[in-house]
Amino acid sequence: MNAPEQRYYDAFLQALFEGQSDDPTVGALLAQPAFAVYRNTVFKGCVDALLANYPAVHRLVGSAWMESAALAFTQQHLPRQASLIAYGEGFADFLRTLEAAAELPYLPGVAALDRCWTESHLAADDPLLDVSALHAALAAGQDVSLVPHAASRWHHDAQHPVYTIWNANRRDDGPSELDPDWQGEGALLTRPQGDVQWQSLGLGGIHFLEACRDGCGIASAADQALAHEPGLDIAQLLGQLVLAGTFTSFH
Amino acid sequence: MTTHTLTAGLGLKPQHFDAALACTAPGLWFEVHPENYLMEGGPRLAWLQAIRAQHPVSLHGVSLSLAGPDAPDPLHLRQLAQLAARIEPVLVSEHLAWSRAGGHYLPDLLPVPRTRQTLARVAANISRTQDVLKRRIALENPSHYLRMDQHEWSEPDFLQELVRRTGCGLLVDVNNVHVSATNLGLDARQYLDQLPVADILEIHLAGHSADASLPGLLVDSHDAPIAAAVWELYQHLLARTGERPTLIERDGNVPAFDVLLAERNMANTLLQPAIAAREELPA
Repeated sequence: MNAPEQRYYDAFLQALFEGQSDDPTVGALLAQPAFAVYRNTVFKGCVDALLANYPAVHRLVGSAWMESAALAFTQQHLPRQASLIAYGEGFADFLRTLEAAAELPYLPGVAALDRCWTESHLAADDPLLDVSALHAALAAGQDVSLVPHAASRWHHDAQHPVYTIWNANRRDDGPSELDPDWQGEGALLTRPQGDVQWQSLGLGGIHFLEACRDGCGIASAADQALAHEPGLDIAQLLGQLVLAGTFTSFH
Repeated sequence: MTTHTLTAGLGLKPQHFDAALACTAPGLWFEVHPENYLMEGGPRLAWLQAIRAQHPVSLHGVSLSLAGPDAPDPLHLRQLAQLAARIEPVLVSEHLAWSRAGGHYLPDLLPVPRTRQTLARVAANISRTQDVLKRRIALENPSHYLRMDQHEWSEPDFLQELVRRTGCGLLVDVNNVHVSATNLGLDARQYLDQLPVADILEIHLAGHSADASLPGLLVDSHDAPIAAAVWELYQHLLARTGERPTLIERDGNVPAFDVLLAERNMANTLLQPAIAAREELPA
């Protein structure tokens, strides 16, 4: 493509984002009031996608706040994929940098759980773990490594009860008043039979899953879980995780 | 494969899943934006496959950026081909517009000057897409809001030349023709009369709205019932084309499924004389 053609696209982008252009062709477009239709549509498309992908954050902060934060995010992080269904990776970290979010320190953790839901929802259809085969392997004394299902996600916040807050705000009919114990919380999201499901998960369980993801065997993963949550009942944890459809296979 | 056995269809909205799945209206088909289904798995894809088991489905892309500065994104094309292999769509379509530049996607259908250089680039991008998908695609006329002095071709001539060079077909969005003609002061009927009728594979109908702050400007908002002027243009086009698959788009202020189905049935009624004319032809 020759230089004048490329210049048209570059200039159009500059006109969209900065509202000005040195290029005479695009300058003539920008001078028409209707150019605003394109600017409005581009930003509305990104903002609407963020609102759809962060519903618990949206419910907590309200539309005006959310749209303002989403627009600021969009201006720094334009979509890089054709599909907007997964748009908004990094929105939780962005909220940490946002001065207006400083009074809501739990918000990034809630956003992280919204993101977990999106990633779980879109993940591949792995088979679920063959539980009887796992029982046989464990009964034979093998130390196996459990492989998390593609749709399994987990997140822990050391300071804030983000699972309680997120769970209450993920649905439109959730409670409007909450009085959680103000301590760190974790969550596990899985997709065992079609829809995404979620439950609370303690720090030991989180570290158990991190170890599984890193390829550790069950014995080593249990050690890491106990190091972070002494006294944890590993057999009960394993039962909880398997029942939730957290794993796809073992080796 | 003929595509002319489809009658009137509806853009598929997630909130209408159960009603859409259960609906048995003869000839009903659905259209989706493939971008909303480019995931690896999960319930949404399963949902589309369930609809596909009951109804024909068309994939109507909004972000291949065929008129953009770059060739179509290879990953995007590969994902689109995978989705097409799963869904076996009855039609695949895209727009004469751009939405990707410098590695960024802009969720809109942006305009481009219709020059000789643009023609060559769009033709190459259509051919690339058709090669990867191994099928003919239909190219849609976008809505226009801006006057552009750099055009060297009228849009109907430009579309016709793309058809000639690539073998693609056309998707005529009658609402876009009306919106563009109003905004740019053109004659909508003359525009429709200049299109190569045999290559029209699909027709779109939708509602539009008046811009809130710019008097006289119409916006292709898909958030209202189809306007009377657009119904009239549709009938004018049908008189030339005969029966063509017709799709009603609604993306904002989405009413109950039955309300959309009633609008679809109106298009279906207008298609009937065309269908009858076809059936009267000797075999």
